[in-house]
Amino acid sequence: MKIIVAIKQVPTRDSPLHPAASGKWIEEADLSFEINEPDAYALEEALQLKEKHGGEVVVLCAGPERAAQTIREALAKGADRAIHIEIDALVSLDTLGVAKLLAAAVTPEKPDLILTGLQSDDLGAGQTGVVMAELLGLPHSTIIMHVEAREAGIRVKRELENGWFQHIEMPLPAVLAMQSGSNKLRYATLMGIKKAKSKEIRRVTSEELGGASAPVASIEKVYLPQKSKQTQIFEGDAKAAVAQLVEKLKFEARVI
Amino acid sequence: MSILVVLEQQSGQWHRMSWETMAAGQQLGAALGEPVEAAVAGQGIGALATEAASKKLAKVWTLEHNLLDSYTADGYTAVLDQLIRKTQPKLVLFPHTYQVRDFAPKLATRFSQVLVSDVIAARVDSGTLTLVRQLFQGRLSGDMRVSGAGPVFASLQAGAWRADTLESGAAAVETFAPVLDAGQIRQKPEAPFRETARAVDLTAAEIIVSVGRGIREQSNLTVVEDLAQAFGAELGASRPICDAGWLPMERQVGSSGQTVAPKLYVAVGISGAIQHLVGMKGAKTIVAINKDSNAPIFEVADYGIVGDLFEVAPALAAEVRKTKGA
Repeated sequence: MKIIVAIKQVPTRDSPLHPAASGKWIEEADLSFEINEPDAYALEEALQLKEKHGGEVVVLCAGPERAAQTIREALAKGADRAIHIEIDALVSLDTLGVAKLLAAAVTPEKPDLILTGLQSDDLGAGQTGVVMAELLGLPHSTIIMHVEAREAGIRVKRELENGWFQHIEMPLPAVLAMQSGSNKLRYATLMGIKKAKSKEIRRVTSEELGGASAPVASIEKVYLPQKSKQTQIFEGDAKAAVAQLVEKLKFEARVI
Repeated sequence: MSILVVLEQQSGQWHRMSWETMAAGQQLGAALGEPVEAAVAGQGIGALATEAASKKLAKVWTLEHNLLDSYTADGYTAVLDQLIRKTQPKLVLFPHTYQVRDFAPKLATRFSQVLVSDVIAARVDSGTLTLVRQLFQGRLSGDMRVSGAGPVFASLQAGAWRADTLESGAAAVETFAPVLDAGQIRQKPEAPFRETARAVDLTAAEIIVSVGRGIREQSNLTVVEDLAQAFGAELGASRPICDAGWLPMERQVGSSGQTVAPKLYVAVGISGAIQHLVGMKGAKTIVAINKDSNAPIFEVADYGIVGDLFEVAPALAAEVRKTKGA
């Protein structure tokens, strides 16, 4: 089975976030970056499928030069090779624009399966996989916990709301947006890190993939959320703060 | 031109967010000066359409077909594509449900558009629509503008609009007969199922102490277990804790777990991603303990302590025991 895993590099989870001077995105200068967590689960599922059924795992990533680090880490975990679509400001594209570039890079590869995380931790639009499927004319499903290869096609376990699940069968090739948490993520081994150094990362520009299209949806302004509720914050050392809190819970909220 | 509200049902039962989306449609219809229509797809949905038609709407469309009995992305995309080409709405609104996330991006792509997903607010300034959505799991907000020829597609976050603001009325129900054949539907869905019966019913708990990523390691859970015991509370958790297997899935609070509304909810080391917030923001009193003062959990909290949970939680447990003992 030939599997393409589309991954994204995002700021690390605890990054301090501040709107940039332009007001249209965040200040990225001092941030560190990592693989988008749901994409890490997509990669894990791909590697497990390869271990079971053989084949190849190709990592696909659109992003600036710094994304090469995240790609290299995916190769160290066991992906065979990578395609890096070099774009400086990914945020200048909308979901459709990014999906068009990814789809253009996927087409000549003729994969059996394309996996990606169900959403990104930065924009959180949760659409790239679905849009890519439509552009490629492929069936898809989202919020997938597990993939099982069948004689013809695949059977996937999809998460529904409120603790319900469902199995769905579909033919290959297909696109799946993977849910986080269904597998245990592997670490790169020393051997894996060493091997990754000689694995191929093919760099392509957006021009080679048909060019970046003008966005239809754009971010006008990024800002700190306005609080809808007045929160009473208790300061000071832990002991003093909890004493004030318990006082309020007892006499104001009357819940204890 | 009109606004189209796409309602969601399953086996003849409404998804409750359908009403919130309809309320948003009514408000935006008034602001934009557009008539509001609603659509419901499925099979055997006549009664649902009649119920929807009791609200203030210009029309309720029923999209009925035996191939729509079970939801599939291909089936729903095909029939809504046909309805939108016929009615040419200016704006198409969906509830931001798991099902909508599965097909609405595909539908928008058919119109060379991008779905603006998980919208929390909308503004109309001199006829221009601005949609507000969360970025970085709620740590920032973003104002979005949509251009392009096709309709604007937006899915609305749970609880962002209130269903109790819905205006009543009497709308006409019109049947739209979609063209659909089995060959178009590539996904073959099986019946939904639950993994195990739930032994813990968090919805019945009066007090819940819930733990998130901030706990860092499984062995640290004793800190929150002790706090739960001090309060006489059930222990809950955010998704990552259950995913990691540190607590069973039945203790998960949020969109993929249980929706709770206890009289007191204490969130310990939970940043407050929307998937968690939708499951607990109905609690009467919410306490948040987190080291990041900008964590979204503080937006829904009544009381907060910004600090290290490993200091605050044990101190709180001691204080609660002291108060209760007195």
